[in-house]
Amino acid sequence: MFSFARAKNLTQLAGKDMNILVCIAKVPDTTTKIKFTDNNTKFAADRVQWVINPLDEFALTRAIEIKEVLGGTITVINVGLADTEPLIRKAFAIGADEGIRVNADPTDCFFVGTQLAHYAKEGNYDFVLAGRETTDFEGAQVGGIIAEYMGIPFIAGVPKFDYDGTTATMDREVDGGKEKLTVNPPFVASIQEGVCEPRIPSMRGIMSARTKPLTVVEPIEAATFASVLSYELPPPKGECRYVESENAEQLIELLHTEAKAL
Amino acid sequence: MAVLVYADSSEGKIPKSSCEAVYYAGKVAEATGTEAIALTVGELDNDTLEGLGNYGVSKVYNVKGDQIKNFDSEVYTRIVAEAINSSGADIIVFPHGYVSKSVGPRLSAQFKTAMVVGIIDYPKTDDGFSVKKTVYSGKAFAYVSITSEMKILAVQPNTFSPEKSGNSATVESLSVDVGTGKVNVLEVNKETDKVPLTEAGIVVSAGRGLKAPENWAMIEEMADLLHAATACSKPVADVGWRPHAEHVGQTGLTVRPNLYFAIGISGAIQHLAGVNGSKVIVAVNTDAEAPIFKAADYGIVGDAFEVVPKLIEAIKKL
Repeated sequence: MFSFARAKNLTQLAGKDMNILVCIAKVPDTTTKIKFTDNNTKFAADRVQWVINPLDEFALTRAIEIKEVLGGTITVINVGLADTEPLIRKAFAIGADEGIRVNADPTDCFFVGTQLAHYAKEGNYDFVLAGRETTDFEGAQVGGIIAEYMGIPFIAGVPKFDYDGTTATMDREVDGGKEKLTVNPPFVASIQEGVCEPRIPSMRGIMSARTKPLTVVEPIEAATFASVLSYELPPPKGECRYVESENAEQLIELLHTEAKAL
Repeated sequence: MAVLVYADSSEGKIPKSSCEAVYYAGKVAEATGTEAIALTVGELDNDTLEGLGNYGVSKVYNVKGDQIKNFDSEVYTRIVAEAINSSGADIIVFPHGYVSKSVGPRLSAQFKTAMVVGIIDYPKTDDGFSVKKTVYSGKAFAYVSITSEMKILAVQPNTFSPEKSGNSATVESLSVDVGTGKVNVLEVNKETDKVPLTEAGIVVSAGRGLKAPENWAMIEEMADLLHAATACSKPVADVGWRPHAEHVGQTGLTVRPNLYFAIGISGAIQHLAGVNGSKVIVAVNTDAEAPIFKAADYGIVGDAFEVVPKLIEAIKKL
């Protein structure tokens, strides 16, 4: 059985409490049917269920697992307007200790990354975790931007992550395989699936989420360089052409001669 | 003004996604009336380097050194930054993959630029500069305007089809003070005999309909015969039947092959998001009502254990 008192002692022995910063973004739930309004210039947000970006949630959950062994504090940070606060509270319910909301519309990756880097520098964190990318704009950049501003290593696309209080050991996906590596804090890593199982908040977590400290800070001056002009949905698919299962070999013939895909 | 493109290399070869990016860079240079230059890192023979001229670059930088044996985002950022400064490039192109994700954002912070990834069309330059990219995990596309002077573009693999021009590029070695990396790589595990999933022209993917992990032998056999990559749905990766690296879908990988086989996959919206950029989708499922058939071009309502062996026999006869 895990002992909180013992874990506290472990970090005290190490001389300093561990501090982890986890970046979270607000995205539509993965089951959302994507639609646009205003002549395809705006995402149709009505009746959309908003969630913590699933890959960010993996990063958060893994950070909580590590904290449960080593002790310390997990801070979540989000760049967003007041409507993202329920998601910061959700992060508290899962197990984050503190929250920072940078009070700004998350316009593009450069703007968001610059804000996150500014507040990451102020916090004296051992390391910073984020999801590999958001499931909406798929920018895959904020982690690297933070690391560059701080002049520290960045490891992108991590499906396995361990930290023993001194050194982090992780896997990184590379084209055609993976690498195992170690790195010492401070660093930034972007997390992907495989790193842990998602967690459902406990009733105790939900109750305590209301009283955990959420600090609202103002954004620093930063440019926005990328903006969406319009959106487009994929063209509707034509009818599916069926082949009887007894004559399955005909499918290969069709793929070869008709679809020219083989 | 120039277009600089990073071309990755593995075992002395330039992978397909990098050739596509080089071709893309050549086209962008042509459209904007400038020169395209490729950047390569590591030991590569002269024919390979000059051969990049085939895809539209006039010059190839090659950087070599002991410090670059392992991939480190800080080291590689210094290399690309030096190539940017040497070439005066204002458009930087990457194949979208681990290098673009590791190095691109660092350059974006250093040079104060926009980076746009997952690009699936050539830029429009008649009124400003805009690109088309995938958004919402492949469920939609966005036209994105970029206003920074320098622009970093990462192009989606399997989207552009390079044609060889027969031209040759001049090779220039570039010396860079790469410094030392802080990341210590212990092991590299690359399956060099397998087609990388994001680059594969054909993907054979299977899901819960296969009932048990040992039943993947026929999927692997079919993939081998087609020189295809294997993939899987999320539930199958979650229960550990297949590695997470094979999971295609919203929180996994996005693939855009010419041909995607979905075998025993029902086709949840999250799965379709990761595969609907495929040119031809084939579905095999026992449930005629499975949503995968709405996304499929060809379908067989039937049991994978009966259908797949027939497909394998037919492929062998091709």
